[in-house]
Amino acid sequence: MALVTKQILDTPIQHHFSPYSDNGGTTVAVAGPDYAIIASDTRLSAGYSIYTREQSKLFTLSETTVLGSSGCWCDILSLTRIIEARMQMYLHEHNKVMSTTSLAKMISIMMYGKRFFPYYTSTIIAGLDPEGKGCVYSYDPIGHTERANFRAGGSSGALLQALLDNQLGFKNQENVDKTPVSLEKAITVVKDAFTAAAERDIYTGDGVHLCAITKDGIKEFNFELRKD
Amino acid sequence: MFSDYSAPPMWQNGPALGKYYDFPNVSTNKISHNSTNGKQRYHTPLTTGTSVIGLVFNGGVILAADTAGYYGSMMRFNDCPRIFQVNKYTILGAGNDYADIQYLNDIIKQKILDDDLHNDGIALKPKSLHSWLTRVLYNRRSQFDPLWINAFVAGMQNGEPFLGTVDKLGTAYEDKILSFGFGTHISVPYLRQEREKNPNMTKEEAIACIKTCMDMLYVRDARSGAKYNIGVISNEGSEVQGPFESVGHWNIATHGTPGQE
Repeated sequence: MALVTKQILDTPIQHHFSPYSDNGGTTVAVAGPDYAIIASDTRLSAGYSIYTREQSKLFTLSETTVLGSSGCWCDILSLTRIIEARMQMYLHEHNKVMSTTSLAKMISIMMYGKRFFPYYTSTIIAGLDPEGKGCVYSYDPIGHTERANFRAGGSSGALLQALLDNQLGFKNQENVDKTPVSLEKAITVVKDAFTAAAERDIYTGDGVHLCAITKDGIKEFNFELRKD
Repeated sequence: MFSDYSAPPMWQNGPALGKYYDFPNVSTNKISHNSTNGKQRYHTPLTTGTSVIGLVFNGGVILAADTAGYYGSMMRFNDCPRIFQVNKYTILGAGNDYADIQYLNDIIKQKILDDDLHNDGIALKPKSLHSWLTRVLYNRRSQFDPLWINAFVAGMQNGEPFLGTVDKLGTAYEDKILSFGFGTHISVPYLRQEREKNPNMTKEEAIACIKTCMDMLYVRDARSGAKYNIGVISNEGSEVQGPFESVGHWNIATHGTPGQE
């Protein structure tokens, strides 16, 4: 009997508290020759509840960089706040604004720093690199990163990446002109992507917030999605 | 550790002499698996408060919550107010574990006192309190020791109404209509409908809407109570009104349309 008691006392008892929540949301980013765009939907939800229909998941980090992130909203808030703080420290230390490429590396290191208690996010940054070319970096929750020309992340990431492969990467198309698409065309494709995602994914909808980054600055757009 | 020399349990699965008894199938009093220190942590709410609802009107904000304190399904306490006046700019409302609400409210009261002692005319503003709550609750969830709270901050900042919420994880957002608990299912659809009909509702119209919600919650939510408080904040200042009392009747089950009950 003593053995049984010993087992009961020594066995770790299951935690029914989870520090994570899946708040849904989708982000899409496209890099062009002299522009980058990034967009997110504006629905914040958990399970079958919609928390709010007006929460953009984009964070303007500098004149040339915008971050988009979906997943666990409390982790996104914390991650972006620390990024903003470290960018401020960088500015004061080096007297220049952090470039998109430096930022891309820093975010990766910050995320890996929490390898064993990760920020549960699907993060993408879009911006202009030091040469003025558009760039997109995407991350997994523990900081793996890759530069890409276009990327979809979040609850509809898997759904939309295939669409972008076809429409922007010209995959599975014959006799097609493979010159990179214009900014206007890219915005149209991203809008269509969100419209498609809102049809199939209950965690994506309500609206889209889109940032277009060029050498002239960041232009913001908003448009509506279905709300059911 | 359970050494070979300690006394055996007094009955099967019972406590040894001088040890604490773990009630079977009760999720409190469990030993944390993070056992660097054998500290006991309470990972479930005990005395709870139910719905909180918040609504922005033209020139201000309202928060409302009833005063019942439930112990499981037992209505254990009658006077557990959950709407607090923080200062003339800010009102705080909270739901879920009442002990955690009181703990947090005590800390905020101390912050306000410290603020007042500076006597520089600068007081905690709603956005600052909201941001601060975000950090406190996120840090506690990161230590696997959450404050089991859904907090609502209502206030006026730069002449604009502010309404925001933070949950036990630190999930934070703002909206014109916010709620916690059963209010999410009962009140939000009704309030969204009313705001759509009348986007610039006056204080009086908004209070009427909130009172209808509290009446609906009283008849529909099994963990609600009849008495409730309303916190109203506008450019004229902040005040907590009440307690008001809901009278149970089923007319409001159809949002007041007679003959539909």
